[in-house]
Amino acid sequence: METEVASSEKPHLPNRLGVKGWVWAGRYTLERYLYTLHRLTGLGLLLYVALHLGANGFRLGGEESWTSAIDFLTNPFGRVVEYLVMAAFAFHALNGGRLILQHLGYTLGKPKPPIYPYVDSMRRRRPLTWVMLAVIVALAIYILVEFVT
Amino acid sequence: MQELTFKVQRYTPGQDKEPYLQEFTIPFTEGMTVLDGLIYIKEKVDNTLSFRSSCRMGICGSCGVLVNNFPMLACHTPVEELKTDRIEVKSLPNFPIIRDLVASLDLLFEKHKSIKPYIISSDIREAEEPTAEYVQSREELESYVQFAYCVKCGLCMAACPTVATDALFLGPQPLGQVYRYCTDRRDMGAKERFHEADSPHGVWLCHLAGACSEACPKGVDPALAIQLLKRAMVFDSMRLAKKRQPVTLAHLPVESKPKIEVPEFTVK
Repeated sequence: METEVASSEKPHLPNRLGVKGWVWAGRYTLERYLYTLHRLTGLGLLLYVALHLGANGFRLGGEESWTSAIDFLTNPFGRVVEYLVMAAFAFHALNGGRLILQHLGYTLGKPKPPIYPYVDSMRRRRPLTWVMLAVIVALAIYILVEFVT
Repeated sequence: MQELTFKVQRYTPGQDKEPYLQEFTIPFTEGMTVLDGLIYIKEKVDNTLSFRSSCRMGICGSCGVLVNNFPMLACHTPVEELKTDRIEVKSLPNFPIIRDLVASLDLLFEKHKSIKPYIISSDIREAEEPTAEYVQSREELESYVQFAYCVKCGLCMAACPTVATDALFLGPQPLGQVYRYCTDRRDMGAKERFHEADSPHGVWLCHLAGACSEACPKGVDPALAIQLLKRAMVFDSMRLAKKRQPVTLAHLPVESKPKIEVPEFTVK
């Protein structure tokens, strides 16, 4: 009996996934990947805003300082980053629109008694998500063409 | 498929520092489920293996485990559906491990209790000693019945990326049940539950990954319930919610059968 009590008092091993749990979408499907991408693009845009404000700060150092900063940022790598920021913005804005609607229960449909095989509301309305993704891809291609030409 | 390779998570508190995977090779039989495989291992290979199960038919929600990195009910998962002969079984993530595949669901039940998962009636006397039946239309029933199928298996909590990072987040199961009870016209406890859901670790932390609904083995769709709950709470705070009529009672003219007398005890 004493052994049992001692065993039950042992603390359970924590098993929370932590940051890996939200980054890694694993075997889940489309919306779970969009969730990760939305967060990553959000963080990317936040980083861009910080860098953008930092770069603008070179203006305080006078014309020479500003010109050298711009010269540094307009290299091919800087252009790629700039394109990625625009593409991330397009994704974040449109997916954010979808999320605002769905967070308020719109475009998800009504509850239905579950009948096997179960299809949840997000998968029922997935065509809308595909349309949104198609618009994002079209925008990303358009932005790319604008950047290249 | 002649044989299956089960890689099962093992962990004994006080003995192992970290969980590890142990490999078992067992024969495949047609129609077997992951739970059948675990039972085979326990009965014929290693009787120290610990896992939780009860009904074996997807009703009790006891046997939730992580099968090939996806939360599933072991009894509800035919091996053939996995389309592989290598099956990795771990305990549900986001829940502490008690031993091997047994996860502690205490936190889930505590959170579930905190949202008052029962009908809060305005007429306590009628609730305690009913004199009639409540009238409910088909539409009213369908507005919540999907969410009433929850078996509290915890798969949605294991799938939720917010639960993964915030242990205090109420989570998809309790939040889904907030909506289930608040939508029920017999219930008058919406304000109390909205207060519980409107906390820093409440409904607003759901960012709609949809993983909970994907993992749910009963088609409950907690993600939908949570989004509808958000709408209900927003409308309520802006005073745009439709005023709910109190539920009506149907005094049916039914003559009840006389009660059967309880027989005498044969052993005194």
